[in-house]
Amino acid sequence: MKILAPETEKDVAEIVSAALSQNTPVDIVGAGSRAGLGRPASGDIAVSMAGLSGVTLYEPSELVLTAGAGTPLSTITALLSEQGQELAFEPMDHGPLFGGSRHAGTLGGMVAINASGPRRIKAGAARDHLLGFRAINGRGEVFQSGGRVMKNVTGYDMCKLMAGSYGTFGILSEITLKVMPRAQTELTLLVVGLDESSAIEVMTSVSGLSHEVSGFAHLPLMNAGFSSPAPADLPSKPLTALRLEGPEPSVQARKHKLVKFLADRGYQIEFLDRSASRSFWAGLRDGVSFAGTKEQIWRISSVPTRGAQLVEDLLARGVGVNAHYYDWAGGLIWLAVAPGEDAHAPAIRDVVERHSGHATLIRASDEVRSRVPVFHPQPTALAGLTKRLRISFDPQLILNRGRVREDL
Amino acid sequence: MHLSMPKPEQHILRNRALLIERLREIVPFENVIDEETELRAYECDALTMYRQLPLVVVLPQTVEQVSKVMALANEMNVKLVPRGAGTSLSGGSLPLGDGILLGMSKFNRILDIDYANRCVQVQPGVTNLAITKAVEHEGFYYAPDPSSQIACSIGGNVGENSGGVHCLKYGLTTNNLLGLEIVLMDGSILQLGGKYLDADLYDLIGLMTGSEGLLGVITEVTVRILQKPETAQALLLGFPTIEAGADCVAAIIAAGIIPGGLEMMDNLALVAADDFQNCGYPRGAEALIVCELDGTKSEVDHLMSVVSQIAKDGGASSIEASQSNEQRMQFWAGRKNAFPAVGAIGPDYMCMDGTIPRNQLGFVLGSIKKLSKKYGLRCANVFHAGDGNMHPLILYDANKEGDMEKAEAFGADILKLSVSVGGVLTGEHGVGVEKRDLMHTMFSETDLKQQQRVKCAFDPQHRLNPGKVFPTLHRCAELGKMHVHKGKLPFPEIPRF
Ligand SMILES: Cc1cc2nc3c(=O)[nH]c(=O)nc-3n(C[C@H](O)[C@H](O)[C@H](O)COP(=O)(O)OP(=O)(O)OC[C@H]3O[C@@H](n4cnc5c(N)ncnc54)[C@H](O)[C@@H]3O)c2cc1C
Repeated sequence: MKILAPETEKDVAEIVSAALSQNTPVDIVGAGSRAGLGRPASGDIAVSMAGLSGVTLYEPSELVLTAGAGTPLSTITALLSEQGQELAFEPMDHGPLFGGSRHAGTLGGMVAINASGPRRIKAGAARDHLLGFRAINGRGEVFQSGGRVMKNVTGYDMCKLMAGSYGTFGILSEITLKVMPRAQTELTLLVVGLDESSAIEVMTSVSGLSHEVSGFAHLPLMNAGFSSPAPADLPSKPLTALRLEGPEPSVQARKHKLVKFLADRGYQIEFLDRSASRSFWAGLRDGVSFAGTKEQIWRISSVPTRGAQLVEDLLARGVGVNAHYYDWAGGLIWLAVAPGEDAHAPAIRDVVERHSGHATLIRASDEVRSRVPVFHPQPTALAGLTKRLRISFDPQLILNRGRVREDL
Repeated sequence: MHLSMPKPEQHILRNRALLIERLREIVPFENVIDEETELRAYECDALTMYRQLPLVVVLPQTVEQVSKVMALANEMNVKLVPRGAGTSLSGGSLPLGDGILLGMSKFNRILDIDYANRCVQVQPGVTNLAITKAVEHEGFYYAPDPSSQIACSIGGNVGENSGGVHCLKYGLTTNNLLGLEIVLMDGSILQLGGKYLDADLYDLIGLMTGSEGLLGVITEVTVRILQKPETAQALLLGFPTIEAGADCVAAIIAAGIIPGGLEMMDNLALVAADDFQNCGYPRGAEALIVCELDGTKSEVDHLMSVVSQIAKDGGASSIEASQSNEQRMQFWAGRKNAFPAVGAIGPDYMCMDGTIPRNQLGFVLGSIKKLSKKYGLRCANVFHAGDGNMHPLILYDANKEGDMEKAEAFGADILKLSVSVGGVLTGEHGVGVEKRDLMHTMFSETDLKQQQRVKCAFDPQHRLNPGKVFPTLHRCAELGKMHVHKGKLPFPEIPRF
């Protein structure tokens, strides 16, 4: 495979036009940290976006930042943190999960997969923070949408389409994001020893209180070989984590109320201070528990209150679940299953559909990911619309051909 | 007023009787409105300067009926305009003389309230406020709160991606949706999302939101609801100049504070609001900020003192904190009724909706003042200061020869100005017909064609709400053409990269 390294948007457009005239599919590469996501790349040429890098606008008091799509995410985070700001959606770093290094991803990759993290329930995902972009579609045309302002309904909201399109609508060249002040402090309460359905109940009832919890996760006991993101000195029992963030006085006040609420119900509680809390949630977000293991990894988004039952049903169906945990108050389930030829896809998807939601195969060999649909199969009418949309940006399927679906 | 809409298609007008007959096979007789006197009620939305009688109005009651009506329209090649409550300020639900107006008012049921999963499933005709009313006894609310919330429908909110005074902190409609049921022009019914987060692949809910009825008809909406903050308190901050007010807004955000609401009004607007509502505004101030802080009691106490200090340092001429919930509501009453209040001194007004980078506020307001002199029309300014979304309200008299044309030209100048400083034409009211012909100031032909290709994926015959949003309609076949010349861009040239 030939790797091309354009330095300008115009270069990218020329590459696409040339590829188009030869009907040669082009794979889009940021830093390659998420190469394992989606179906395996199949193009004859790869375009490395690393050359389109650099921050062109950052105005902290306007909460806005513009940068080239190839800009390393680490550059952005460092810059923001100097001003006490951050990307509020806590984008997951896929490095650990795929056995790569941490902090390797680019801004473009982050948007293209619509990255998010535990704060998704409160602050949204990349889609909710993408204010504008420039991109090159599959016709070799440079187009843009959105802007640099917080509120904009001029024309279709193409930002939502670009976020999570895995490069199949266009090669992102420039990205404008909304940035947010970082919370002054944080701490995490851990309820010790709950079974899964009680944990879901606790998270549900806490989510109905006005304590503005910004992370709800439950970690059942992990089998040997899987490491918990929680500090090693904690009791080896299931942990239900609740995160509080904000100004110090507010966090303290909410902590007291939450402790009272939980203690009144007889729960045992542990605490993670600011730095322990930070690394706990980062580890949970990045799937560090699964790093270095052989299991196939699934990500299931479903109805929060159904989480525990869903996992029970998977076990009843004989799915070899070797480790799992819950985020988003039960709405997000990370699953590590014993490697199988079909990655247990039919059983997993059948169970997920019964509860409503979708299951994405995140980690499996290239061979498995080219056979088993990585994204949840859609009903016919929706699958048809998906295809028409894809073609509306890229009629010859030049960009990341086959990355999201065999026929796309 | 010059608004050119797509030419009425003769075959549609000729087939009106047959169309009405067939529509009555789908919905009950009285749900098809074809008498001129009754059609009048639908001739415009809240952009009242443009009026047009629809060909016929249909009021379906079930998704099956919507599907059949759309399939029929597709088959007979008839246009269709979806309408919620008709409060659009951009003419999004302006009828077409050769089009069915599909009124969604009978879709008025709340289907499911699920506190445990923090969401509510409703039919699109339910009003925005009704959702909050249905859940507030449990301490929940639906966050996006357009000033029109008593009247506007949630389907219309999705159509326009509406915002409100709380969207700086809690997001617009698009940030608060979980699921949609939509019907495409061919009659197919699609479920998007549900009670869970994230799309399975492409974010079609995100695309539908703000699509102004051009892509599909929304027949069900699942919104997220939030727990009411423990407490909320508001500050009224008066400033001797607009610039000082704008600087204060920037300073609050630079201090890392995202208030629940951060609104600003100029003197003309604040005096009009105070006359209208008697809300205790500092009438001598050139700029007034309403800043609401919410959260836990301790957090609000802390932030109230920080913001007051910032205001003091920024030269505020008056600082007043609400002492009760009633007083807080009184502070808001003026802001929330600013449009009718300005309407009362009008006699007519035109509301603009551009968003600008906040640091351009002083410059833009100065320029608006000059334009106001040039056109000889007054302009009151109300804005969502936190996010730079301005609502200049241009005052004119529709009964005065030439006044409306002047107002339109003034409005267009303001929008062009917004775009020239890095802003956009519309922050929350939509393009509709009102800003349609200004789309080229923001988008290139390539940008617009790409958006229209998206439309083609949903509605290849341009039957759904044509004449809105896009200045020129291109046939889908033409848009789909590829101009690839084999050999003209030979592959061997690539290696220089
Ligand atoms: C006094 C006043 C104050 C306002 N304040 C605000 C404000 O603070 N913030 C704000 O954002 N807006 C505001 N608006 C504008 C307006 O209320 C919003 O745009 C609102 O969302 C429109 O809702 P509606 O039900 O009236 O929709 P309509 O006006 O009927 O329709 C709006 C658009 O959505 C489409 N549509 C409607 N229903 C459907 C459906 N079921 N399926 C598909 N498409 C559909 C229509 O075709 C049209 O393009 C205000 C308006 C007024 C009159």
